[in-house]
Amino acid sequence: MQQQVAAAHAPAVPTGRPMPMVTKLAYRNLFHDRMSLVVTLVGIIFSVVLIAVQFGLYIGSEVRITAMLDHMKGDLWVVPYATKSFDDPNFLQGNEKFKVLSTPGVANVEELAVNFVGWRRPTGGITAALMVGSDTTTNKALPYDIVEGSIENLSAPDGIAVDRTYFKELGINQIGDQAEINGSMVTVRTVTDNIRSFTTLPYVFTTITLARQLLGVGPQQSSYAVVYLAPGADMNEVRSSLSSRLNDAEVITLQEFRKRSLDRWLFETGAGAALITGAALGLIVGVVIVAQTLYSSTKDHLNEFATLRALGAPASYIIKVILMQATLSAVIGYVLGITLSLLVIWASRNDPSILIVMTPNLAMLLFVLTVGMCVFAAVCAIFKVVRIDPAVVFSR
Amino acid sequence: MAEEPMLEAKGIVKYLGEGAGRVQALKGVNLDLMPGELTLLMGPSGSGKTTLLSILGCILTPNAGSLRLARNEASGLSPEGLADLRRRHVGFVFQSYNLVPTLTATENVMLALDLRGSGMSRAPALAAEALRQVGLSHRAHAMPSKMSGGEKQRVAIARALAGSPSVILADEPTAALDSENGKGVMALLAEVAKERSRAILVVTHDHRTLTYADRLIRIEDGKIVGRARARKLVKGSGSAGSVH
Repeated sequence: MQQQVAAAHAPAVPTGRPMPMVTKLAYRNLFHDRMSLVVTLVGIIFSVVLIAVQFGLYIGSEVRITAMLDHMKGDLWVVPYATKSFDDPNFLQGNEKFKVLSTPGVANVEELAVNFVGWRRPTGGITAALMVGSDTTTNKALPYDIVEGSIENLSAPDGIAVDRTYFKELGINQIGDQAEINGSMVTVRTVTDNIRSFTTLPYVFTTITLARQLLGVGPQQSSYAVVYLAPGADMNEVRSSLSSRLNDAEVITLQEFRKRSLDRWLFETGAGAALITGAALGLIVGVVIVAQTLYSSTKDHLNEFATLRALGAPASYIIKVILMQATLSAVIGYVLGITLSLLVIWASRNDPSILIVMTPNLAMLLFVLTVGMCVFAAVCAIFKVVRIDPAVVFSR
Repeated sequence: MAEEPMLEAKGIVKYLGEGAGRVQALKGVNLDLMPGELTLLMGPSGSGKTTLLSILGCILTPNAGSLRLARNEASGLSPEGLADLRRRHVGFVFQSYNLVPTLTATENVMLALDLRGSGMSRAPALAAEALRQVGLSHRAHAMPSKMSGGEKQRVAIARALAGSPSVILADEPTAALDSENGKGVMALLAEVAKERSRAILVVTHDHRTLTYADRLIRIEDGKIVGRARARKLVKGSGSAGSVH
């Protein structure tokens, strides 16, 4: 009779493949204690945001440090001996352009005159800036991201380009404003957006002729000669040939110059180490918080795990439950953390002092790090659980 | 030809504790569990009932003696080997039910099926069948916190039945239940033993359970001190103490 009544109330047996029990158990354990879940997620989110911002700043720094090199490209760079970075400029002896052009295998060469200048604001006071002069008739790579005016406008005798991010610092408001560089008047003919330097010094772009004049160097002198090889030319042969022809200069590849610049600013100054340390701290904090909450959650569910062991669950089954809990925490924490990171990046987009970059590769790395961090944090809980004596189920 | 026992324990010796606190909990216990029989194991506190149950369920290993379970030799197996043996051949019913509180009745049964490798596609139907057997189809989606003690114990029995183990070991299954629910649980276990030719051992203090037993074994001070068949129990006073 009882069974008949029960059968009348029997629920329909669900069709389709149900969620694996390991996943279901992990999911239910995770959401059973909401406060513990919140603490876990806060730890993961904090960790993800901290690592995202630190790595984002690191990548942003790389972008800024190598921006000029990446836009000019070039196969080989002729630089003054022992140059450490693009914005640590000096001058070559002169006439390098012709020596380079006469070397077999060279298709073209672009000269850049780069050095620090004193910028006298129209409103008074002097600030330092980094002048970059290029042959604007042949080189269309610099300046880039132009929002007002054009490269051609720089052909005017006093024409310069500045980034609007630095308007306030340079004491100007708009295109057509004038200022004084090293005692000569210049006029803003072109405006760029978002060309910012790692050192925070404003870039000032102009023609190589005006740059030489303002920097007080000879008409054949330049800081860098950017070499473009002819199709099929052997880079090592050209490099070797150029090295033998040029005195007090080094011939290095674009990648070598990028590395030098990055090494100088990110590692010799300690800036990169600080960013990496920050990211590592984020990772450690994440591991500690997740480990603690996961361990606590495991202790709370110890009786259930002991029951599972008594029912014959192999240790691997219970380990899977804990790892699944860790992975679910990681995925939820990552989604929330990366969303918050993107909001932070969006909020900082107009701050000229920082550049935080999020790339698909960084997002992927963060995901792997988050899952790895949570799995690593699960180790303590796993040690606790695999040592459970299933006989305790009889003593309760 | 005589029927073969589902579980056969010979000369089981078990020491508990260490140093000066070391005691001999079991002193050469011999015990068989036959298919289709419900056997009661009774004895005073500290007599070794739970220790014996733990050994028969392959949770503890004896210091001496041998154990055969569904024709499998348990002696000398590693902890994982013992876990495998109990997963395949033993169903447990605990005094405190030991249901996973975050899973529904159906999911608790499916968990046991999953452990026994029944395959998740068949698990919902098998779990529903196990719950139907214990008369709990209407509570299939209830959480343990919303069930009465009797219902929880029925779910625990359904979990023990899932995957059709050869032996079911129950530790004081009626201790936390009122008289009515206790009778219901014992009737169910007796029915399960008969219907499925399964060996069931119930450790109990509850003399009301005697009427459901096929056999009674009495243990005292780590030794079996009495055995009786069902007829003797019914004819006797109903007190396990009278069986010697």
